[in-house]
Amino acid sequence: MPLDPKFIGRTYPPTAPYEVGREKIREFADAIGDANPAYRDPEAARKLGHPDVIAPVTFPIVVSMTAAEQIVMDPELGLDYSRVVHADQRFAYARPVRAGDRLVAVVTVENIKSMAGNDIITTRADIATEDGEHVVTAHSTLAARGTAAEGEA
Amino acid sequence: MAASISYDDVEVGTELPAQTFPVKRENLVRYAGASGDFNPIHWNQRFATEVGLPDVIAHGMYTMAEAVRVVTDWVEDPAAVVEYSVKFTRPVVVPDPEGAVVEVTGKVAQKLDDRRVRVDLTVTSDAGKVLGVPRAVVQLA
Repeated sequence: MPLDPKFIGRTYPPTAPYEVGREKIREFADAIGDANPAYRDPEAARKLGHPDVIAPVTFPIVVSMTAAEQIVMDPELGLDYSRVVHADQRFAYARPVRAGDRLVAVVTVENIKSMAGNDIITTRADIATEDGEHVVTAHSTLAARGTAAEGEA
Repeated sequence: MAASISYDDVEVGTELPAQTFPVKRENLVRYAGASGDFNPIHWNQRFATEVGLPDVIAHGMYTMAEAVRVVTDWVEDPAAVVEYSVKFTRPVVVPDPEGAVVEVTGKVAQKLDDRRVRVDLTVTSDAGKVLGVPRAVVQLA
């Protein structure tokens, strides 16, 4: 069954705050093998004008993917997660994520379509501090292979 | 924010220093742990082949993270990246023990307002291009 387009525009409740720690940033930077001192050394980060260590460019995926589970796992939507592949990803920053941030994500279904028998769903996660300062918006497109087949002629 | 590259010193066509990133199974296991993405297609060969893949494949987000290092190493301050987007067009297959190699080049494709530039990347492995239209908008000094 193709996904129901009535979900387009649906926004889910804000996530519980994710507290960004220096050691989590270091772990993520180590995992991607990125030695940039701005991720590890508060003094080096301050020299660049940041109040504390900052997180790598793709780090917000840790927050946005967890938040997007509300959509992906929504039984009413009925996405077959076992067939889902990540089709594209975009980040737009107001500022970098940094240690000490308490981040809240609000996810929205931006679009749903069927293409060549695949369900394609585009989600947006607006990530802000607990105080409402916008930090980054993450757009993710997920494709569920073959799940829209019944909708195709 | 303090990019080490001045807008005045780049032109359309300016090339960023290219980099090559080896990808082994260990990298994927570490990335799974750090990111929380434990999909077994990224670490379990039996599972990967059962679902029709040639072998374990890298997380798309891992490849995305590697590719942007060509930009962040160029400007030094990662906060200079104000937008970054990719399409995941082809998986990076990571056999054990030899692994894979991802090659990344980048060049300035457009000079924008407010001392920003658009950098277009080219990201390839053995199979060819693995990311579609990978590009970043970068705030220069």
